[in-house]
Amino acid sequence: MEQDKPKIQRRDFLRSCFKKLPVLVSAAYIISPDELLASASDDYNPDEHNYAMGISIHKCIGCGRCADACKTENKVPRDEHFFRTWIERYIIPPDGEAEVDSPNGGIDGFPKADEKKEILRTYFVPKLCNHCENPPCVQVCPVGATYTSRDGVVLVDSSYCVGCRYCIQACPYGARYLHPETHTADKCTFCYHRIVKGMRPACVEVCPTQARVFGEIGKRNSPLHRFIRFNDTIVLKQWLNTKPKVYYSGADGEVR
Amino acid sequence: METILANAVEAIAGATGYIYPNEFELHWGILIVVYPYLTGLVAGAFILASLERVFKVSALIPVYRLSLLTALSFLLIAPLPLLAHLGRPERALEMFLTPHTKSAMAMFGFVYVWYLMVVLLLELWFDYRQDIINWARKSTGLKKYFYYALSLGSTSTSDEALAFDAKAGRFITLIGIPSAFLLHGYVGFIFGSVKANPWWSSVLMPIVFLFSAIVSGIALMVLIYMVTTMFRWKRINMDCLNKLGLFLIVAMIVDFSLELLDFIQRLYESEESINILSSMISNRLFISLIISQIIIGSIAPMAALVMARFRKVPDEMKRMLYFIAAILIQVGIFSTRWNVVLGGQLFSKSLRGLTTYKLEMFGLEGLFVSIVLLIMPFVILFVLVKILPPWEGGHHEPMRLAPAESKK
Repeated sequence: MEQDKPKIQRRDFLRSCFKKLPVLVSAAYIISPDELLASASDDYNPDEHNYAMGISIHKCIGCGRCADACKTENKVPRDEHFFRTWIERYIIPPDGEAEVDSPNGGIDGFPKADEKKEILRTYFVPKLCNHCENPPCVQVCPVGATYTSRDGVVLVDSSYCVGCRYCIQACPYGARYLHPETHTADKCTFCYHRIVKGMRPACVEVCPTQARVFGEIGKRNSPLHRFIRFNDTIVLKQWLNTKPKVYYSGADGEVR
Repeated sequence: METILANAVEAIAGATGYIYPNEFELHWGILIVVYPYLTGLVAGAFILASLERVFKVSALIPVYRLSLLTALSFLLIAPLPLLAHLGRPERALEMFLTPHTKSAMAMFGFVYVWYLMVVLLLELWFDYRQDIINWARKSTGLKKYFYYALSLGSTSTSDEALAFDAKAGRFITLIGIPSAFLLHGYVGFIFGSVKANPWWSSVLMPIVFLFSAIVSGIALMVLIYMVTTMFRWKRINMDCLNKLGLFLIVAMIVDFSLELLDFIQRLYESEESINILSSMISNRLFISLIISQIIIGSIAPMAALVMARFRKVPDEMKRMLYFIAAILIQVGIFSTRWNVVLGGQLFSKSLRGLTTYKLEMFGLEGLFVSIVLLIMPFVILFVLVKILPPWEGGHHEPMRLAPAESKK
């Protein structure tokens, strides 16, 4: 009798293995290394991070997947007037004004440019909250609902926001909107719920050309550090002294 | 190049050029136009009253108390448009409970409370205390208790007490002048400090707001004084009216020059935003800025005032000119607020496109609510005037005590 016991155990073991096989296989497939890291992020210390983003204009193909993923990930209203991130297309003629458009934030792609017109160059520019180091939105909020987190991300506490929209007026980048359901200010959070678990923001995750680089300022092993080091980058509306933390490579003076 | 969608949007919203996607909705509408207009009237009326109290411009005695009551009525309503405009009005008190010391708007709340509680109410109380006691002594029934309650238990009418009232009143007015300047300067600061917006971002903004406030407040007092005198079947004191007219002209000239200076400087600096701003002025703001604010609201009333004040015209004609000028000034100052608040949002911060403002009619942030908010101060003023008649008494002509009471 005692000799039979291990046999049964082995059989049970194998049976349970077969039962769990599909789950294990699919789990290994679905759970990314980022998520595994996330589960081990209980000792996350915000003071050790200072997040920022790099965007390579040359790589962006204007597919709109980032804006779409952002809306899905963060439950941003599907309406065409609410965006945490969107893509602009710049068409620069040999002379005259640049033409800019962003139909539905670029989610559905862009209509073909007028072939009869001469075009000097054209490119796509993804836009989002610049998570400024010196954010005017944080400065003006009358109740302190919008604030900079210890890890350098500008966030809105919607349980405090009174919906006065002063921050929307103060943002030079048009990165904020009033959420039609909560009636509070809303904006890009760098997918804060993801990054504190060691994951990347949804827009960075889905970008097919890796035009978006997420990382940290002041860490040599961060992809952002590499990005800034090997590219000539600019920030938007530098003269306003907001000290933005979204770095664009390949953008020219037309982008604002 | 116009995309299909941009074409559609242009057809619907009247937008031209490129506007950031989040900018299609104008975030501050007519209620935010009404709000600085109301606070401007408060500051203006108060500054007018203090001219008489502190600087002893005795010709203004007939409007002194009326101005204080007017300031109070408008101040009580001033925060309502802000409240109605908030996305979460039930959290309005958070501005006092969890204030953010770097925010101009939060600090404005404290300036407002200071002005209402410490300056205006105290000054009115000290000014009316003697009369309140007299009214309490003369009246019967509930009214008697009401006035006693208003006196807050301070019923002494001794010479020392009255002298203290006068002294305290003058002291509070002295504090009140910078407070009134602060109140409306702050409203200008709220706009002027938004560096993201080239239409607002100007150091002159608080000062322009202040002087336009003084203009609107004095003009309002001209209207209220003329209308109330008419309904009381009294004669208008021409000295008072002429003095009001004089102050009005001076304030208007300063205000108009400051605005012109601001405009010329922007034009001369010709920064990046100049193209979009000039196209906004020549298209979207043409009627409200050039016609309504400058021609109808500034030049025409200035001409009328100069004619009434410095030309030899009969008193009746003068009165008519003052009245018309005061109405036109209200139109002009309201347009000023309109052009600042809405004008600042009609162009995109991308500086590549213009949008339009669609005035809602019956919503919480619509025209109807705004009209109600503009009428409410007059209703409050009517009630206040019934409770605290400004026509008699005052610190200049102490009311005689009722004989029976005076022996006490």
